Amino acid sequence: MRLSQAWLIARHDIGIFRTKRGILAGLVALPLGVSVGFPALIVYILDQHGSADAGSYLPGLIDAFGFWFVIGAAMLPTAIAAYGIVGEKVERSLEPLLSTPSTDSEILLGKVLAAFVPTMIAIWAGSVLYQVLVDAVTRSALGYLYYPNLEIVLLVFVLAPLAALYAIEFSIVVSARVTDVRSGQQYSGIIFLPLIFLYIAGEIGYNLDPTVLAYIALVFVAVVVGLFAVSRKTFHREEILTRWK
Amino acid sequence: MIHAVNLTKQFGPVTAVDRVSLDVADGEVFGFLGPNGAGKTTTVRMLASLISRTSGSAEVAGCELGKESDELRLRSRIGVLPENVGLYEATSAYQNLEYFGRLHRVEAGTLRANIERLLRMMDLWERRDAPVATFSKGMKQKVALARTLVHDPILLFLDEPTANLDPEAAKMVRDVILELKKERRTIFLNTHQLDEAQRICDRVGILRTRLITIGSPDALRTGLSGVRTVVRLDRASESVAQALRDRLHVPVEIDGDRLIVSVRDPDRQNPEIVEAVVAAGGRIREMSQLSASLEDAYLKIVRDAEASS
Repeated sequence: MRLSQAWLIARHDIGIFRTKRGILAGLVALPLGVSVGFPALIVYILDQHGSADAGSYLPGLIDAFGFWFVIGAAMLPTAIAAYGIVGEKVERSLEPLLSTPSTDSEILLGKVLAAFVPTMIAIWAGSVLYQVLVDAVTRSALGYLYYPNLEIVLLVFVLAPLAALYAIEFSIVVSARVTDVRSGQQYSGIIFLPLIFLYIAGEIGYNLDPTVLAYIALVFVAVVVGLFAVSRKTFHREEILTRWK
Repeated sequence: MIHAVNLTKQFGPVTAVDRVSLDVADGEVFGFLGPNGAGKTTTVRMLASLISRTSGSAEVAGCELGKESDELRLRSRIGVLPENVGLYEATSAYQNLEYFGRLHRVEAGTLRANIERLLRMMDLWERRDAPVATFSKGMKQKVALARTLVHDPILLFLDEPTANLDPEAAKMVRDVILELKKERRTIFLNTHQLDEAQRICDRVGILRTRLITIGSPDALRTGLSGVRTVVRLDRASESVAQALRDRLHVPVEIDGDRLIVSVRDPDRQNPEIVEAVVAAGGRIREMSQLSASLEDAYLKIVRDAEASS
């Protein structure tokens, strides 16, 4: 497999997404909303409850909020992947692409990178802002800088990329069965459910400590590997030309 | 350029293409005719290594079909224009061609020159930076054709290039194909337009899952009903007709003031017809050649094939 060929396809797709306002707005709004909104909420909570026992409830709350970067990493690429594959299907540009001297794997990797790279840039940029703002608003209440810590490293550098890959691969599988971008995004909505359950678990007091996060990461790796096999089978030249609707 | 032997494609229990054998020479324009669902697109996709074959073998542009190591080499040597143009509508004509040229690994300087040459040839150079979405159907088809040529392929597969185009746009595209023919490009043309096939193709094959027949458009037309020479006289009489039958040993019919003579070799037999008519006392006013159209031939061949199956 030639990475340069895959990157060429990814760069082309990213160039097209840059003209889609909806995708750009999502890439900016979601990480910005999480990184500014949750610190603002923490300020409000501290204002309501005072900072006397902040050490007992704030860390769990901050970790749970941080999990939104994992949810965001799964949400953002579904729209991009839907445009990248279903959009090409609608414009019927997949057949000319398949007629070029590119392998199925190169095209698939190009599509994955086109959704993965912008997502992770947005998530990482948002998480830096989030950590800075959280430290700024909690330092006096906690008496120390909460971030950076192992939890956020695991969240944004391990779980978030895995969540993004999980969402992209799921979108590719869904793309074979839908005929418009909106349907592709709607079906992909199912993938957030397990992540939302994990977030709620964090909110109601279940401790998302590094050990738990590592276990979640292991489950994600298994799911990503399984979905990769399915998406690889789905994104097959002959399958696309003869079976995709 | 193409050598296919018993090429077959099955989708489950359905046979889409059944033991097709054909050869296409370098520089030849080969037309592939057939009703919808005859297997034309499936054949092109097999020959372009886009889908696998169930059985049979083929060598295309010097590459063996089905040999994994040859697949990318084959796709870099051919250009495929699918039935749907499949352009990136939000980007410009130039960007569409540039992307595909880069996917074909054309060197940057050569690519720039190729794009300019092709867009000028298609009369689109002035519109090169406009989004393709703003183009008419005919212009889009020309961009798609330019995309097929951007890496200078030695063999072109054109699948219904004038389908769904208005007559003016279809003519624009047809003119481009004729230009490519002048450049001695090898072209495999799937088409429903029999008039187009007759004008453009050196040979045509008629497919209905199986390859029913293959030959030059003229050979197919004359093979159907032969060539007939029509002789208009002052007065067509039975004695003149009989004189022709005796001299040429061919069927002759009388139709009003015309004699309709079935001939095998008009170049050799027409002077003899003139001599025989004059010798029999007939006065010739006009002579013309009558033959079936490719459409007549096509319809008869397809109907006969349907009846026999």
